[in-house]
Amino acid sequence: MATLLEVEDLRTYFTTDDGIVKAVDGVSFTLKEGKTLGIVGESGSGKSVTCLTIMGLNSKKSATSKGRALFRGEDLLQASNQRLREIRGNDIAMIFQDPMTSLNPVHRIGDQIVEGILLHRDVSKKEARRRAIDALKEVGIPRADRRADDYPHQFSGGMRQRVMIAMALVNEPSLLIADEPTTALDVTTQAQILELMHSLQRDYGTAIVMITHDLGVVAEIADDVVVMYAARIAERAPVGKLFEEPLHPYTWGLLGSLPRLEADIDRLVQIPGTPPSLLSPPRGCRFNPRCPYVFDRCKEEMPELVASPRDSEHLQSCFLDDVTKQREAERTLASFATEVP
Amino acid sequence: MVDELLRVENLTKHFPVSRGIVFQKQVAAVKAVDDISFTVNRGETLGVVGESGCGKSTMARCIMRLLDLTSGTLTFEGQNISRLSRNEMRPIRREMMMIFQDPYASLNPRKRVGFIVGEALVVHNTGTDAAIKRRVQELLEVVGLNPEHYNRFPHEFSGGQRQRIGIARALAVNPKLIVCDEPVSALDVSVQAQILNLLKDLQKEFGLTYIFIAHDLNVVRYISDRVMVMYLGKIAEVAGSAELYARPKHPYTGALLSAVPIPDPRLGRARKPIVLEGDVPNPINPPDGCRFHPRCPRFQEGVCDASIPEAVDVGTDHTASCFFPLGHWPMTLEEMQRVDNPTPAS
Amino acid sequence: MFRYLIRRLLWAVVLFVAVTMVTYMIFFVIPANPARLACGQRATEECVRNAEARLGLDRPIPVQYAKFLQRLVIDRSLGQSFTNRQDINKTILDAAPVTASLVIGGAILWMLVALPIGILSALRPRSLLDRAATVFVLFGISLPVVWIGLVLQYVVGYRLAWTPNAGYCDFIDPAEFATCGGPVDWAYHLILPWITFALLFCAIYVRMIRANVMDTLGEDYVRTARAKGAPEPQVMRSHVLRNALLPVVTMLGMDIGIALGGAIFTEAIFGLPGLGRLAVQSLNTFDLPMIQGTVVFATLCIIVFNIVVDVAYAFIDPRIRLD
Repeated sequence: MATLLEVEDLRTYFTTDDGIVKAVDGVSFTLKEGKTLGIVGESGSGKSVTCLTIMGLNSKKSATSKGRALFRGEDLLQASNQRLREIRGNDIAMIFQDPMTSLNPVHRIGDQIVEGILLHRDVSKKEARRRAIDALKEVGIPRADRRADDYPHQFSGGMRQRVMIAMALVNEPSLLIADEPTTALDVTTQAQILELMHSLQRDYGTAIVMITHDLGVVAEIADDVVVMYAARIAERAPVGKLFEEPLHPYTWGLLGSLPRLEADIDRLVQIPGTPPSLLSPPRGCRFNPRCPYVFDRCKEEMPELVASPRDSEHLQSCFLDDVTKQREAERTLASFATEVP
Repeated sequence: MVDELLRVENLTKHFPVSRGIVFQKQVAAVKAVDDISFTVNRGETLGVVGESGCGKSTMARCIMRLLDLTSGTLTFEGQNISRLSRNEMRPIRREMMMIFQDPYASLNPRKRVGFIVGEALVVHNTGTDAAIKRRVQELLEVVGLNPEHYNRFPHEFSGGQRQRIGIARALAVNPKLIVCDEPVSALDVSVQAQILNLLKDLQKEFGLTYIFIAHDLNVVRYISDRVMVMYLGKIAEVAGSAELYARPKHPYTGALLSAVPIPDPRLGRARKPIVLEGDVPNPINPPDGCRFHPRCPRFQEGVCDASIPEAVDVGTDHTASCFFPLGHWPMTLEEMQRVDNPTPAS
Repeated sequence: MFRYLIRRLLWAVVLFVAVTMVTYMIFFVIPANPARLACGQRATEECVRNAEARLGLDRPIPVQYAKFLQRLVIDRSLGQSFTNRQDINKTILDAAPVTASLVIGGAILWMLVALPIGILSALRPRSLLDRAATVFVLFGISLPVVWIGLVLQYVVGYRLAWTPNAGYCDFIDPAEFATCGGPVDWAYHLILPWITFALLFCAIYVRMIRANVMDTLGEDYVRTARAKGAPEPQVMRSHVLRNALLPVVTMLGMDIGIALGGAIFTEAIFGLPGLGRLAVQSLNTFDLPMIQGTVVFATLCIIVFNIVVDVAYAFIDPRIRLD
């Protein structure tokens, strides 16, 4: 499979009144055609900003970005505004967290989809509308030809997210960036949307970047996972590896702090403290003030993302020795192990 | 011998929908909570799960008597409190406290933490200023905050710390029952674990009873002794936590459980989720019969849409309001759709 | 929509009765007797009694109020002035176009200035233009209208003599003894009043438009539009401005409705024979029917404009349903 997106050492800094916020500080990953990459992290970890930077949607005034984001070999960070507009909505589409606010309340949803078609396809309005209705049908909106004339407030949250997906996929992009697309939805609706995204990916071969705070969602749909903490990548691995052999103390903490449906857990693991301010992040490893395994080097030196000695696809940024890591990973997994029936 | 703290019988809360040019007359009602009954035992945590619009928050506000009941009876420690006046409620208010979802909105930004936590103590006249201050500092320490932060304002704290302030405030008057309305859903995973553990520790230390309302089934499983599943103003199923998650009997519970993404690719990808069709219907005109029947894979015409299912015993301390409870678990959608005996069990 | 209109009209009646009643009460609390005033400085008791009878002041207050309502509803008449026996309907209809000219012209002026400044400073926050606009807003809001009017009158009208100092000319159909008339004279005489009247509103609207546009620029659906690949002018036109200006329409309608009842300061300074000046004059002479007339007219303007705004809003914002 060809590489679709290659992000190298991406950095995005925002200038604010209080100083410079390093919202993304050295992030690298690759995504192959038709695959799904999950980016997990807590709020403020930089996962959304990473994707907005790739799309060129950060505020020009306050944000500066460095590094490279190669989309089919073309560096999006160097692309002109004109070129970015051609790519957005056509080759790369995006859907957002809150379907309630992501659609313009004063335009009919059909028109909002048509707008996206006419920006990139040289077709008549009538043809664009036909395609819009087809897209609505595809995402499971009943009576799509009539519902196209409705306004967003006439749809439920789940239906609006379907509309957003229809709008994103109408030009058959090769990459869909989904920023917490199910966070605002109820669990049964979330299942519907995830299923829909999955089947559309199967049908159209769209690659997906799924940003989420929910490790469960990642486990269900991602091929590869990036775990972000305080603007940097803690760990990056194929999904199976990440959950079977996590190598970073933050990942252990995250996995251990999850309450679980399928296991009787006596007491959750607690990561002490709160994530650091990105205005003045701690010296050395960003996680060191909260890390139970911290030693001197962690406070002085910033760990780079390197491959694990046993697996070149499994990258992590932690100075702990490999033996300790393996032992602690096993201990973490054992704390919520369930007998698989 | 189970010691009953709260008994809820036939609790109903309808919000009138009015129309009219000059004189508004009621034309319909949002049936937010409709004829539900359950009990809460001393020292236990009753988890309440359901999706938005299922009435779980309205139910909590009715129990707290923040909303007037349309009908039904609340019995707290043997005393009927459902019709008590504001004055008569006052001594009972200090026995039941509430923790809210949004740690940002539920604390007055212009008051200092000491005042916020101690307010209930002042209202209930529990001692001198110095004694109150001592108590507040003790409380801050109990919930894991620095007692010296007594004079700070809420905005100086992070989300998790604010939720700790909310907990300290609830604990101040030594309540017997704490109703937690989505207390961790605005928090990040790592902070959520801290708060959940804190709530568990406090329960052990002070013998508290919780009603814990959440939409996250994982969280409810972890914190609860018993779990109640609500759908559209009705109780679908009640059972002990482990029992409910291992052997759900109501098809809605089954669908909910199978919809939760499991943070383990081996387990998660092995199962096939039961994806429900459509959205939760409007509570103004809820469906006849079983409220779940339009979306239910086990729907049987002439039964499910004809009468409202009663709660029936389906196991030890396990009741489900369904005519065709599930026989085993886990199951696939096809298995769920198969009903062997299409006449109701009861 | 129909239900809504009926409900609004019923409310308007209630409001109307309340406002006129309050006016009546205030008037009779004031220790002054219009009848005595009508008889001049050395009023004889007989003259006062006659005047009272003529003006209807000898009857109890509720009866007077009932008479007023009866006249208004059945004859659609506001009665006659206490002081000069003029028909109040005619006086008010004569004064209304003057105020309307001032207010509507002023509104056009303030929107023409406030829209571009507000939008541009929202697009370029902290730019030179934005800072200049902030200073302008500060001045516009803090300078009293009277002071602005007098300074303009002195500098532009008197020292530079670019415009007339005061006075009003009819837009069409000049009055019998008028020295001027027609659109050019009309506008020429209104330039200074327009500027004076518009300045405060202009400042308020710059601030409001800037805030609304900035808020809307941060909306998720604007990000969605950009993610679709829409060029910035299209994003502005179809996703930002339309949404940002919705509340401005409401404010504009209400402000015009209120101002039509009389722009007292501006009219007084520039000697415009509008409703504001009429109200002040009738207050000075304790001319109850005339005060009542201006109040009724102002209330009417506010009610009508509110309904118009609400109905218009329901058409431009699909989320609002009037019923």
